[in-house]
Amino acid sequence: MSISVHNISKTFKDVTAVNNISFDVKEGELFGLIGPDGAGKTTIFRILTTLLFADKGEAIVANYDVIKDYKSIRNHVGYMPGKFSLYQDLTVEENLEFFATIFGTTIEKNYDLIKDIYVQIEPFKTRRAGKLSGGMKQKLALCCALIHKPKVLFLDEPTTGVDPVSRKEFWEMLKRLQKKGITILVSTPYMDEAALCDRIALIQDGKILEIDTPQEIVKHYPKKIYNVKTDNMYKLIECLKSYEHHYSVYPFGEFVHYTDKRDDFNPNELHRFLEEMDAVNIIIQPTETTIEDTFMELAK
Amino acid sequence: MKRFVGFIKKEFYHIFRDRRSLFILFGMPIAQIMLFGFAITNEINNVDIAILDHSKDVTTQEIINKIASSKYFSIKQLIQNEAEIEAVFKKGKVKAVLIFEKDFSKNLTKENNATIQIITDATDPNTANTISNYTNSILQKYQQEINKNIKIPYQIIPKTRMVYNPELKSVFMFVPGVMTIILMLVSAMMTSISITREKELGTMEILLVSPLKPFQVIVGKVVPYIFLSVINAIVIVLLSIFIFKMPVQGSLFLLGIESILFIITSLSLGILISTVSATQQTAMMISLMGLMLPTILLSGFIFPISSMPLPLQVISNIIPAKWFIIILKGIMLKGVGLTFIWKETLILAGMTLFFIVLSIKKYKIRLE
Repeated sequence: MSISVHNISKTFKDVTAVNNISFDVKEGELFGLIGPDGAGKTTIFRILTTLLFADKGEAIVANYDVIKDYKSIRNHVGYMPGKFSLYQDLTVEENLEFFATIFGTTIEKNYDLIKDIYVQIEPFKTRRAGKLSGGMKQKLALCCALIHKPKVLFLDEPTTGVDPVSRKEFWEMLKRLQKKGITILVSTPYMDEAALCDRIALIQDGKILEIDTPQEIVKHYPKKIYNVKTDNMYKLIECLKSYEHHYSVYPFGEFVHYTDKRDDFNPNELHRFLEEMDAVNIIIQPTETTIEDTFMELAK
Repeated sequence: MKRFVGFIKKEFYHIFRDRRSLFILFGMPIAQIMLFGFAITNEINNVDIAILDHSKDVTTQEIINKIASSKYFSIKQLIQNEAEIEAVFKKGKVKAVLIFEKDFSKNLTKENNATIQIITDATDPNTANTISNYTNSILQKYQQEINKNIKIPYQIIPKTRMVYNPELKSVFMFVPGVMTIILMLVSAMMTSISITREKELGTMEILLVSPLKPFQVIVGKVVPYIFLSVINAIVIVLLSIFIFKMPVQGSLFLLGIESILFIITSLSLGILISTVSATQQTAMMISLMGLMLPTILLSGFIFPISSMPLPLQVISNIIPAKWFIIILKGIMLKGVGLTFIWKETLILAGMTLFFIVLSIKKYKIRLE
């Protein structure tokens, strides 16, 4: 096991940020912590990176205890905090060089590890980090977190505030790093990114709702989901909620995800109901369950 | 060691790329020394006065000439009657009025006794005092001149001699104070700000999750500022020697060593401040309020400690600046060696050690 967490709890004053959490991450696994803001993801990261003491429970990272062997952990993990935390007044190259030096290594020594990522920001290597775009900042931060060849990489919301194209690129990079044997723990509030992890833990209010592979997690969803669409989104949601047989109604992109209480639900019935409510251009079609649906269901 | 050097290199990048902190570092010492040296001074020069001469005879004319030819006074106005005195004061034109009584010369020769009245504008008590002292000394000199051939029996003439600063130049008094304040401000405020900036920007989080040891971070933060503060100290000493002609009586080497000691004291205070404050703003407020004010008010820089109420005198002992000013005055003005200031040096060294130990203990290796 690369990371194993047992019954960790952490309370700040009267807020329980992390409540009796346990999970294991295998070596070389890409593990995702999925949950909304304030779910306790950052606190878990800080406990695992030895920045915070847990009130209760124990955690092992790369075979070191987070409390007793914190110094060893600090040598062997890479950490990228949620907030951009590089020196804005240093250039791209200077930042990378600085982090290489304080970890007792050089850029040349571990260049192969960061090469794929670094070539993308290399044209801007004399630019100050503060003047980079969001996506490039994240790439630089990832390079800095990787420069000492960590065994475990902690990425706290690495794609928040990054454009969709860069997000996609970023995840492709993670996949490549994983192939090089680095264990990655990543957190994200974006459910679509969850599907890219090997296994995920859904978290809300400091508790783990479920841990499994993304494929298994969606299978646990009890209902068949339908995409519903009409001309008036707002009115559609109102109508569906007033429908006596509705089980859940959530807006999802351009559609509304609808599930019915009955097991023998016939979409035509709903079609007729919506027609009676003066809806036009009605589309009702079955769709795949997503992790977001599962999360909403579990978080109920 | 390589890590440490890398860290220091990074600190220098920070300092040289931030125009504001560069300005504080090098602009302020020069500005302050100039301000205190030229503008803020206890001396009087070319003070405007008015004269009301009721007798208008040879003697009064001679005295007026003497006064007019001194560099301290310039005669702005000759007024004709008492009613005008109030008016010139109210207009703020003059700081003092000299009034010669009627028949001044006659009284002086016949009765051995003539009166001059000096009225000063005491809204500024220090200046008023100095004006009356200077006038008195001009009059006394004149008296001695006219009495040269006449022997007056049993006369006590006090002869005051001001040692160490015979010309009573106030800049001599200010230089040690300004140097103290600047070193304190640059060292304590700048280090505390630079450490809290890492906390605010989140880079401290990454530094913590790195193999850097607490003392490496702290010492790495401090070394660049020791270097810069020493340059500052040299600039101040050079300015005072070449612009204000201030003599440095004692050993320059000792002055350097003592300055470095005080710089380290201030830096350790800066580190201590940074361990208790979370933002740059707090760090700055604590440095300004908690260090600057006591340093200015209680160190003996402006107000003599001996004339403070007892509780304040006691408190002044814990102000590092007090001891450094004593050391500086000793070396620069009196030219004493270590044998005379070892006690103050020891106190400063002790304080430094205390602050360093305390801040290393308080330095958090985690976020809480």
